[in-house]
Amino acid sequence: MSETQTNSLAERLVARFGEVLSKVETVRGETTVEVAAGDLLQVATALRDEPEFDFSELIDICGVDYLGYGQNEWETTSVSGAGFSRGVRGEATGRFDWEGRPRNVEMERRFASVVHLLSIRHNKRLRIRTYCDDDALPLVPSLVALWPVANWFERESFDLYGIVYDGHPDLRRILTDYGFVGRPFRKDFPLIGNVEMRYDPDKKRVVYEPVTSVVPRVLVPRVIRDDVDLQQAKAEAADHWQEN
Amino acid sequence: MSAQEIRNYTMNFGPQHPAAHGVLRLVLEMDGETVVKADPHIGLLHRATEKLAESKPFNQSIGYMDRLDYVSMMCNEHGYVRAIENLLGIEAPIRAQYIRTMFDEITRILNHLMWIGSNALDLGAMAVFLYAFREREELMDCYEAVSGARMHATYYRPGGVYRDLPSKMPQYNESRWHKGADLKRLNQWREGSMLDFLDAFTDDFPSKVDEYENLLTNNRIWKQRTVDIGIISPEKAQAWGMTGPMLRGSGIEWDLRKKQPYAAYADMDFDIPVGVHGDCYDRYLVRVEEMRQSNRIIKQCVKWLRENPGPVMLSNFKVSPPSREAMKNDMEALIHHFKLFTEGYGVPAGETYAAVEAPKGEFGVYLISDGANKPFRLKVRAPSFVHLSSMDDIVAGHMLPDVVAMIGTYDVVFGEVDR
Repeated sequence: MSETQTNSLAERLVARFGEVLSKVETVRGETTVEVAAGDLLQVATALRDEPEFDFSELIDICGVDYLGYGQNEWETTSVSGAGFSRGVRGEATGRFDWEGRPRNVEMERRFASVVHLLSIRHNKRLRIRTYCDDDALPLVPSLVALWPVANWFERESFDLYGIVYDGHPDLRRILTDYGFVGRPFRKDFPLIGNVEMRYDPDKKRVVYEPVTSVVPRVLVPRVIRDDVDLQQAKAEAADHWQEN
Repeated sequence: MSAQEIRNYTMNFGPQHPAAHGVLRLVLEMDGETVVKADPHIGLLHRATEKLAESKPFNQSIGYMDRLDYVSMMCNEHGYVRAIENLLGIEAPIRAQYIRTMFDEITRILNHLMWIGSNALDLGAMAVFLYAFREREELMDCYEAVSGARMHATYYRPGGVYRDLPSKMPQYNESRWHKGADLKRLNQWREGSMLDFLDAFTDDFPSKVDEYENLLTNNRIWKQRTVDIGIISPEKAQAWGMTGPMLRGSGIEWDLRKKQPYAAYADMDFDIPVGVHGDCYDRYLVRVEEMRQSNRIIKQCVKWLRENPGPVMLSNFKVSPPSREAMKNDMEALIHHFKLFTEGYGVPAGETYAAVEAPKGEFGVYLISDGANKPFRLKVRAPSFVHLSSMDDIVAGHMLPDVVAMIGTYDVVFGEVDR
């Protein structure tokens, strides 16, 4: 950290950008700002070029699908008496196959693109989250013109989540197979996938078929417990229960 | 005489090519021997690690981290485990921090040995590979001694490391190939504990690095293939998000171990080597010096670990299992064990980005939790992925053989490029 910067990064961000940032918070020493898609380019340009920020490196761009955030598969407070298997429900990843996948999922601001920046000069990190306004066509401006490294990150996010980066020079799929169909990291894409492939000796080539060899199965349900485990652990540690 | 028509042609490099370091398919547009455009096609090793992690309790994904960059296994675990620890608000005991530091550096040497061997092999020097694997074998034995696995260790856990360092090293048995004086020499370092072994190794290792340098540093062919090849200016390195030796080779002194210290690095005495020209040769020098510095760090850790016994795992039974003995006569220990291995632990809702200085650069894990016992979203920021993306920009205008030198100097591993 340079000596000249006495006030925190969050304070300087608020002072510089004001209302443009819809949210600024610092948790565990990590600063996160939220920016509307329309303002992203302007904010990012300033963050890169202005010496008081000087975020010379773009570290990461990550697509996120907030579908099902905070949803239980197993209602621990009401169902645990009824037994494990009957208690499990919900549509978290891994639970459904292609036919049974959730359709017509509508929720407000489902997709987000999260950018991590690093300032080498000031030894600071910053996280910028941009929610996509439209679920059907998630659109975010591309940062390739500012940091060329954004190129592959945005291709990856486009490939896996279908987030479209406006202004990207070459928005192709990158990780999935040539001719792949679907957005595999979306929460409504089944973990077992849509098609499987095998070599067909009659046709003498590899063929794609709907998945039949794998049955979706979850060994450990997704559980969110009310009792904060760690607080309880601390209480128990203070209690010296082991020695009793 | 009719006019000759001269056209660029496209060439496929890989995905099955020994110098492609795995499954890289590189579509090259060539003008004679000169590369006009390089378009890397990746994803042939894509396993959707991040999506798989969403379907499992936190601890069950540690093993997947090993398989990302499969030549620097424990550094990947370290990044993942640190992200979980951030969200849980726990910190591993000091001895575990030193063990992690030591194994991170062992891993760095393992990675750089693999790199120096394969890069030299790509550029036509066979012998270095054999030399490097001799030492790699010794360090692999440390992995095995401590975790039971030579590569995919799954040794780091949230809250510490799986178990304390072993009191003895595995020894070679007598066989048709190892017997007599040869066997004695092989087992010479292995009479005592793992720390004794590492002591002997670190005393000896600088002379081994000298051997590699003898083979390469002033080697005329090596210099012809690397000096002034793939020059990356400091500005370009930052624009392309480079970290680790790629950035330091361009003269920027940036190392997370110094700038944002984690584990026990704040207490370690070591230097950051930087390059001057930003070419392949400088990056070679940087990595060789890093091996020497890692050796220094390991030595300091060994000394500290000898003098400071203590716990290596938090005794917080919501995240770490109780001892086997306790389970035999303690109901609560049994319950904790059962809950931990059937359901796992819930991680408080929130998000964090935890980065470590992996041998290849910054290995970061961005973790979003909604309070469940499984990650909501896990993003792995892999240094190889970032470095490889700059291929087209760096390689254009170079000759075809320089592409091979460049892939070598990127130090890419497809486990983490494709994830």
